[in-house]
Amino acid sequence: MRSDIRVESLTFRYDERVTALDDVSLVVRQGERVAVIGPNGAGKTTLAQHFNGMVKPTSGRVLVGDLDTAEHPIAVLAAKVGFVFQNPNDQLHAKTVSAEVHFGPRNLGFPPEHARHLVERALESTGLTDLADAHPHHLSLAQRKMVAIAGVLAMDTPVVVLDEPTTGQDSVALDALATIIADLSLRGRTVIAITHDMDFCVENFDRVVLVADGRIVEDGTPAEVFAGDRVARLPQVVRLGRELGWSEQVTTVDGFVDHLAVTRG
Amino acid sequence: MIEFENVSYAYPTTAEDALGPVSFAIPAGQVCGVVGASGSGKSTLASAVAGMIPHVSGGRLSGEVRVGGRPVATTPLADLVTEVGLVVQNPFNQMSGAKFTVREELAFGLENLGVDRAEMVRRIEQVLEDLRIEHLADRSPFALSGGQQQLVAIGSVLVMRPRVVVLDEPTSQLDPASATLVFGALDALRRNGITIVLVEHRIEQLAELADRVLVLSHGSLVLDGSPHDVFTDELLPDLGVSSTRYTRAARRAAERGLWPESLPLPVLLPEAVRGFGAGLSVEHTP
Repeated sequence: MRSDIRVESLTFRYDERVTALDDVSLVVRQGERVAVIGPNGAGKTTLAQHFNGMVKPTSGRVLVGDLDTAEHPIAVLAAKVGFVFQNPNDQLHAKTVSAEVHFGPRNLGFPPEHARHLVERALESTGLTDLADAHPHHLSLAQRKMVAIAGVLAMDTPVVVLDEPTTGQDSVALDALATIIADLSLRGRTVIAITHDMDFCVENFDRVVLVADGRIVEDGTPAEVFAGDRVARLPQVVRLGRELGWSEQVTTVDGFVDHLAVTRG
Repeated sequence: MIEFENVSYAYPTTAEDALGPVSFAIPAGQVCGVVGASGSGKSTLASAVAGMIPHVSGGRLSGEVRVGGRPVATTPLADLVTEVGLVVQNPFNQMSGAKFTVREELAFGLENLGVDRAEMVRRIEQVLEDLRIEHLADRSPFALSGGQQQLVAIGSVLVMRPRVVVLDEPTSQLDPASATLVFGALDALRRNGITIVLVEHRIEQLAELADRVLVLSHGSLVLDGSPHDVFTDELLPDLGVSSTRYTRAARRAAERGLWPESLPLPVLLPEAVRGFGAGLSVEHTP
């Protein structure tokens, strides 16, 4: 069963006055890598929290596969959509990293051997194997964020949503995140990430959705979205290409160097 | 302005030192960036400058930290706050929790110091303007987005007019536009001669602002130099620190003979444009 996400005319209001999302429609197909960008307060997190039913629409509907999120409890949707919060402290409760990462797969009722395999793989990909017995609250915020990511990876959901995964991460963790995203994608999983890091965005995602004032204002490939003037701070490589007067839109370091080689003959 | 003399520190619950021993001095008016991998001691260093270590955190501190010539460990925190202000990662932790509007939140520290009311109003209005958050002045600090809260947290430090401002990843939760605003505010502080210690992951903006960059690894100071020298150092990736895409592109290009051998690797956009533009007939957009 494919877990495409369909957002149909979604409006979300809180306090009955503030419209956080205004008639948003979006389809994310199984296996896509989508970055959601936009200013603070634009509605990115509120939109993403609809994908696993944490937040229910005021009007319109959100479907995950054939499940209408308004009609199913989070417990059911959690098996489809793993969600990593922006603040890991909202998510971590167990006394060791290992127990924390075990929580999800155990809750989903996976056989113990399978769960153990998933936990090991999640710890390894997040670089936490050596910290498996540590107390999550003795770790740095950046490390706790990796624990939260490992916890969701271990649930082996068809869709993984990451809310600002790069915040505060060092270059080793950024490389690990890039590998995790590539690996999820290879295994056909959908990856949706909210990010403020435009360089990370162009390097790891095929599609960029720009949210502003509760609406989707751009939706396309990184090259398409960053060709316009709606983005506050363009990726470094895009700026470099523009400054050099290149008509070809390059977004990544490799793409830049390849194009440079072509222009130099 | 800031002196670390053989400083080592361990948190109360851990045996291992989180920092040190480190020795360095930051002259008045310098903007000093601090980078390093997770757990390298960046936040510990920032807390030690601001006096949170040892005043709030306890633990074992040896050696001496001095700010403006005064030993931090023996200077009461109430006297330190007008000397050095600290902005932390999570703005929520910085809020007083007792105030209903941003304007009142900004007044909180000044009220505690007994600053004259007219002076208080003047400083608050100035900071609201500098950070361009006048439109938030009458809103609840808790109804703001994370980015807006961080601007308020920075404002609440700036109203104290400290000579040293320490910021621990102040833009980590901000969108690019808000981060640019914060860097703009820091640039204004720099021009006013304020000493800045800035723990920051945004290498490009840090390199634009800083006079100097310290790199920590496992609690030790392993690199100390200009942003250009530090951010083109070959050791950088092993230290868990990113380089800019300009540096990476030039390094990759150099391997293919596409970067002029006579030029140093670039850290920032203008240097990259000069190097990549050299000897190139520029394509024109049709």
